[in-house]
Amino acid sequence: MTAPAKFVGRSVPRLEDRPLLLGKGRFAADISFPGQLHMRVVRSNIAHGKIRSIDTSAALKLPGVHAVWTAADVAHIPPIPFRLTGLKTLEPYRQPVLAREVVRYVGEPVAVIFAEDAYLAEDAADLIEIDIQQGRATMLATEKPGAYEHDRSTEAGVLQKAYGDVDAAFKNAHSVVSLELSIGRHSGVPMETRGAIARYDEKRDILEMHGAAKVPHWNRDTLSQMLGLKRESVQLFEGHVGGGFGIRGEIYPEDVLVCAAALKFCRPIKWIEDRREHLIAANHSREQQHKIRAAIDKDGQILAIDDELFHDNGAYMRTHAATVPDLTAAMLPGPYRIPAYRATGHIRLTNKTPCGTYRAPGRYESSFVRERLLDAIAAKVGVDNVEIRRRNLIGKGAMPYALGLDTLGTKIIYDSGDYTALLDKALALADWKTLQANLEKRRAAGEKVGCGVAMFVEKSGLGPFDTVKIGLKSDGSIEVITGVASLGQGVETAVAQICADALGVNYSNIKVIHGQTDRIDKGMGAFASRVTVMCGEATRLAAVKLRAELLEVAAELMQSNADVLDIVDEQIVRRDRSSGPSMPLAELARARPGGLSAEATFESAHMVYPYGVHIAAVRVDADTGGVTVERYVIAYDVGKAVNPRLVEGQIAGGLAQGIGGALFEEFLYDEGGEPLSVTFADYLMPTAHEIPELSILVTEDAPSPLNPLGLKGAGEGGANPVGAAIASAIDDALGCPGAVTRLPMSPQRLKAIMNQGARDGRS
Amino acid sequence: MSAKSDITLTINGRAHAIHVEPRRTLADAIREDCGQTGTHIGCEHGICGACTVIVDGEPVRSCLMFAVQAAGKKIRTVEGLANGDTLHPMQQAFMDHHGLQCGFCTPGFLMLAVGVLECEPDISDDGLLDVLSSNLCRCTGYQNIIKAVRAAAKAMRKK
Repeated sequence: MTAPAKFVGRSVPRLEDRPLLLGKGRFAADISFPGQLHMRVVRSNIAHGKIRSIDTSAALKLPGVHAVWTAADVAHIPPIPFRLTGLKTLEPYRQPVLAREVVRYVGEPVAVIFAEDAYLAEDAADLIEIDIQQGRATMLATEKPGAYEHDRSTEAGVLQKAYGDVDAAFKNAHSVVSLELSIGRHSGVPMETRGAIARYDEKRDILEMHGAAKVPHWNRDTLSQMLGLKRESVQLFEGHVGGGFGIRGEIYPEDVLVCAAALKFCRPIKWIEDRREHLIAANHSREQQHKIRAAIDKDGQILAIDDELFHDNGAYMRTHAATVPDLTAAMLPGPYRIPAYRATGHIRLTNKTPCGTYRAPGRYESSFVRERLLDAIAAKVGVDNVEIRRRNLIGKGAMPYALGLDTLGTKIIYDSGDYTALLDKALALADWKTLQANLEKRRAAGEKVGCGVAMFVEKSGLGPFDTVKIGLKSDGSIEVITGVASLGQGVETAVAQICADALGVNYSNIKVIHGQTDRIDKGMGAFASRVTVMCGEATRLAAVKLRAELLEVAAELMQSNADVLDIVDEQIVRRDRSSGPSMPLAELARARPGGLSAEATFESAHMVYPYGVHIAAVRVDADTGGVTVERYVIAYDVGKAVNPRLVEGQIAGGLAQGIGGALFEEFLYDEGGEPLSVTFADYLMPTAHEIPELSILVTEDAPSPLNPLGLKGAGEGGANPVGAAIASAIDDALGCPGAVTRLPMSPQRLKAIMNQGARDGRS
Repeated sequence: MSAKSDITLTINGRAHAIHVEPRRTLADAIREDCGQTGTHIGCEHGICGACTVIVDGEPVRSCLMFAVQAAGKKIRTVEGLANGDTLHPMQQAFMDHHGLQCGFCTPGFLMLAVGVLECEPDISDDGLLDVLSSNLCRCTGYQNIIKAVRAAAKAMRKK
């Protein structure tokens, strides 16, 4: 048996905070090794063209420049393989670590400099002359596919997800609602840029890469394969990571290059990205266009949805391969009953920065599309936006609900949920009727204000497994070793809380080791809101095992029976007596030095599905087209919140990123493929000014039946439907249902909508 | 590139004699030449504020200042905030209010807020919001940072 929960469910302070507050963090740039060379990447400044020549001679003459590499120097290294959703047809579109004959986007690595000093490496980069015969840049994923190379099309693949008889449903429909919608190109843009530091120890035959993040074990395996090394000869080390959001920690060309150079030169190689590089070279995300239709009956009940989507993946297929369009198509149905469904996803290549996942990948996009569609159906049948959702929501009684689609190698089965109940709670928290009445009054007085609602189902807890080792250290403290990673979300605290309760110790006496491939052989990393669910349950299982072992050993030493012993506050005590002998865990550790540990694996073939409601209230400035989000309400059911304050922190952070994508952030290009968003003065991320007053309700009404604590992940629900909720609120403010058809809704675009409305005779 | 010069940077009361090029930024000098890596570099063009330090009592972006310009001035960084084991009220408030997640932007926010509150202890809530909107955070959504700084402002006024 385990002790009652003392830590799980409580908002205890984070174990991570103290070193970070003291300036003692160890981020990638903070790591240096004696004798290191600095790597600088020379990038293409042409969007598409043939490389005629690269002249490195002037750079090589600069004192302190050690070497310059071009594609010929890394010809033995294959392109970067896929990590997820790796369709065979996409393989020819993988990215080489240095451009071979053709450059395909501005920012593509063409050469690398290795020099004694970072400033010097940058000087040398300026001296590299690249002659490129410029070709036509493909800038739109919606244009007719052309040639990528030879007979290969810029349409790398088409995916389809479907169930039910869609065509029949449309034939028999009372009416059909059609929309064309698009989502702008934006991305995670963590505050820490990327960085990687590699060194090779010839004597031990160990290549180390520091600055690893997100998926160190997968990257260890992949780097060893790419570089022709034994898996055992590569070790990855995660330090502090300054934000992940999906984009950080995937294998990029630069990670491979520092490792290859460390092997070649037998000197440590350090690469730290600058912000301009980050904005043109790290994964972009989100850019899609959808043509969606719904067949409905006279009451607005959905009979079928048919969506055709165009996914702009930029110039190459990177590690995520088809993940984003796949998730878009698979998660689009959301919380609604949709008897027949078909999504066709065109995966297209353009001459822009390649793409990957970004927090709520495919769902930020599909929630925008689906919820716009629901609003349009409401307008069509003449009911309000809340009522139309009520009419279409999946009922609690239908759980578990098999959607009939799959993604990430799993069947989508909504494990638990009461969507209508959460909608009611969110509306109550927002005081919906009063909110609408107040906005109505202000509109009557001439203000452009409105509110919107959006609902969604998230996915989390992706398996297939997680393994955790827990050991009692010689000082009586506990060490948890896991193959997950920390990107700042509070992994150490949440895992320690779960371990503490299962074991009977204080969470602050638990050290959680993550992201170190030399400490545990297997690991799945941190993505898809999987850590608390998968690692959390593996931790609980291992702690239960260790607890039994500790009590067995203690029983021997205390000449007692394990059944009557308990662990309370780091002491082994007798449960049957209020006083009497006890034994500190440290004493137990001394009695069996290094011998007390347990390992457990949690396997799960299915994901778990949290769900939520967002409500936004906005004001539109009639003169400028600027949007102010005045108030925001989020209700999110996470099954069980291990640390409610951290869950709220995830939600609040996700909202800010969602607002960025809805109103401000966009990677823009000119028609020739020149990126226009290359500094924080062009790529506008929200500041403290742009974030509204936020009310968060975290509920635990639908614990997951797939793990004993009922956990579901909480990382992405803050971002998921923000574009949808804000679009709906803007429509309401303008008094024009369906006005918003694309994100981000920049002042220019909104002003154009208002001007058009004025010409059409609307107010 | 031009000849290096010898300068002394005084960081948190300690003198660091360093030999730098005129073009070396203060941020790089603090981190690389003086080994104080608590100050972070987020954009190198003066917008994100991750590299904020206090120079002669004023918060400045250390990526926009050359090291040679800071010679002889009093520089304070995040490493100098705590008093032994006791956190500065601003650090404590960030912990109490969950004002940090990944922690990368945190030193910049701490130095910005401390610098401003030391000069202007009675700054209004709106004024404080203006100040805080000059740094970027990608994790927290800012609300907890604002709460933390308001709480710390109160605690600092009491002292």
